[in-house]
Amino acid sequence: MNEGGGLLSGLVYFSSVSENTRRFVERLGLPATRIPLHPRREGVPRATEPYVLVVPTYGGGDPRNAVPKQVVRFLNDPANRALLRGVISSGNTNFGADYCMAGRVISAKCGVPELYRFELLGTDHDVRTVREGLHRFWTRHSSTEAPAA
Amino acid sequence: MTTTPAPLTEISVTPPSYRHDPAARLRPVNWNRVTDEKDLEVWNRLTANFWLPEKVPLSNDINVWRQRLTDEERTLTMRVFTGLTMLDTVQATVGEIVQIQDARTEHEEAVYTNIAFMQAVHARSYSSVFSTLAGTPEIDDAYQWAVANDVLQQRCKTVLQHYYGDDPLKRKVASTLLSSLLLYAGFYLPLHFSTHAMLTNTADMIRLILRDKAVHGYYSGYKYQRGLEKLDAARQDEMRVFTHELLEELYELELQYSGELYEPLGLMDDVAVFVRYNADKALMNLGYPARFGAEETAVNPEILAALSPGADENHDFFSGSGSSYVMGKAEDTADDDWDF
Repeated sequence: MNEGGGLLSGLVYFSSVSENTRRFVERLGLPATRIPLHPRREGVPRATEPYVLVVPTYGGGDPRNAVPKQVVRFLNDPANRALLRGVISSGNTNFGADYCMAGRVISAKCGVPELYRFELLGTDHDVRTVREGLHRFWTRHSSTEAPAA
Repeated sequence: MTTTPAPLTEISVTPPSYRHDPAARLRPVNWNRVTDEKDLEVWNRLTANFWLPEKVPLSNDINVWRQRLTDEERTLTMRVFTGLTMLDTVQATVGEIVQIQDARTEHEEAVYTNIAFMQAVHARSYSSVFSTLAGTPEIDDAYQWAVANDVLQQRCKTVLQHYYGDDPLKRKVASTLLSSLLLYAGFYLPLHFSTHAMLTNTADMIRLILRDKAVHGYYSGYKYQRGLEKLDAARQDEMRVFTHELLEELYELELQYSGELYEPLGLMDDVAVFVRYNADKALMNLGYPARFGAEETAVNPEILAALSPGADENHDFFSGSGSSYVMGKAEDTADDDWDF
């Protein structure tokens, strides 16, 4: 069981108080678990089935700061890393080479594919692509595993 | 037992409130009591990003400027950059400063002083390009052109009327639209030149400006949404309509202004896409859905690559055509790898 309460599904995301990523995930219309803003207070969720992570990019170019610290805490749990299957990240192309750095850092560290990148709130096109893409992604995985969606 | 004193925020005001309430007790900014974590996050981001034009080796662009650019391209560059200087002057001296009085927290007041100064650095940076590449007569001509150009003037005044208006949220909308819409037709030119290996150091400087603008747009958009959520549904709707009407007005002005500049070089179609792409980002910063569709905002891949190396590659793994991802060898992730 996870100490943060609530069962994890096929999507896990982090969103700061700006709520940009939360709004993107809500538009996907898929069950999703949020990594809390204050994991020390609210507890770190524990994954119980395979999932894709949606994460905004932070920091100013230093790859060590690109992944929000709450997500770092979440991925520090080996059980959570073991069930991660892919990462989707958001950012802003104005940050140049650092655009969506969080997705690249997590992809490299955890050996999972970077599935998609989008900017800010994401457009309708982004939402459609990710929704349909996730469906196909989990279907392809279904021979070996699938989230209990 | 001692009684807990009332929080200082309830019995005192910050200096900008003196104007409305001279009798109120004043309190100094206290960065050890941050109420909105975005204020500190953005402050840290802005100070980490700080730069000055003197650090950019602009003189390496002199040969290209003299030998490869045509007269027409040189004049276009002078005018485009003078236009950018105008907008950054508006932001440095009015647009950011007027937002200090509207701050929701005392730390927000400090953040806007930082943003205002950085806008002055941006305005200053184009002068560095001018003094490096051009002579006094060309520079003076460009400034004469800016003062005489009616559409350029109208673009600024359309925004300024809201800065000096009486609605704090309209100020935020106007400022976000200026930073995310009006500037980008100007930024297009150095990105375009850099795809032809011309003025690449100037383009590097523009990339530093772009990075700052992203944070400025994000912050004003974020604070706008914090203000908006305090309004009733009717006022929220009024602001939504206002935002979209102002966007249309500025978009039309932008097409007219940039059309005169870019049409002769056959670049305007490309520029218009870039403007729409950034208009959508302005709306998203303000919390609204994108207005233009995917096709209308499909930025020329060369320009996108100049803006963000790698962003033009296909990062749509889902579609099956995304070839850029190669399954890497998983790093043996130790907990302290991730630790701060």
